[in-house]
Amino acid sequence: MRFLPLPPARPLDMPFLVLDWSLFIAQLFLGLAMACAAYRLIFGPRAQDRILGLDTFYVNAMLLLLTYGIRIASATYFEVALIIALLGFVGTAALSKFLMRGEVIE
Amino acid sequence: MIDIDLALKDLPAWAAYLTAAMVFIGALLSLIGAIGLVRLKSFYERVHAPTLGATLGTGFILVASMICFTVLRGRLSVHEILIAVFLTITTPVAMMLLVRAALYRDRVENNREVPGAGKYKKAEAAVRSQAGESETADRT
Repeated sequence: MRFLPLPPARPLDMPFLVLDWSLFIAQLFLGLAMACAAYRLIFGPRAQDRILGLDTFYVNAMLLLLTYGIRIASATYFEVALIIALLGFVGTAALSKFLMRGEVIE
Repeated sequence: MIDIDLALKDLPAWAAYLTAAMVFIGALLSLIGAIGLVRLKSFYERVHAPTLGATLGTGFILVASMICFTVLRGRLSVHEILIAVFLTITTPVAMMLLVRAALYRDRVENNREVPGAGKYKKAEAAVRSQAGESETADRT
């Protein structure tokens, strides 16, 4: 005896589930990649290893933001990623210049 | 630019599977590159590893983003090309600057692990002999 009708059976949204889990695992991978880069950034034996770690770190952070932007279907994070890509290159170039010359702007 | 009504659930199945696969492959490649950054032995080997994430990893994730937003919005949405072009141009430049600086430092410190050290040692010996001669010439 049922008084309340059952809610209509909702079909399992398989593509969305796959996409959501894939995005989650991708975020996990990118987080691990950032951890590896942070290891090189902190324990790098020499200054050039640290700069290389920083470069990898910002590229992976940019990818993480892009993945998050896909996950919540928002275009705002694309612009953040673009700015990170722009400023990260300037940082790496300036630090390399510093290693080479001992000063950034000659 | 801000579109609130977009939802990932509206994505058709083929686009969802394609996006999922591409994001996954891109993230996996980035992770492999970062692991190489930790595991490889010398700096000149380590420089190669993270470029895997900077080129292929970024490419896959950007293409996934393009597919996802193009299908969701129902119009062409390819502004991700900006990041791709920019990263393609800047990554080699940054790496070349960095490796040149590292090579310079290693040569100044006379490290043995520098690639092409044998050729350099000869040139340095020549320079040193010249400098030594000039120094002795100045002193006498």
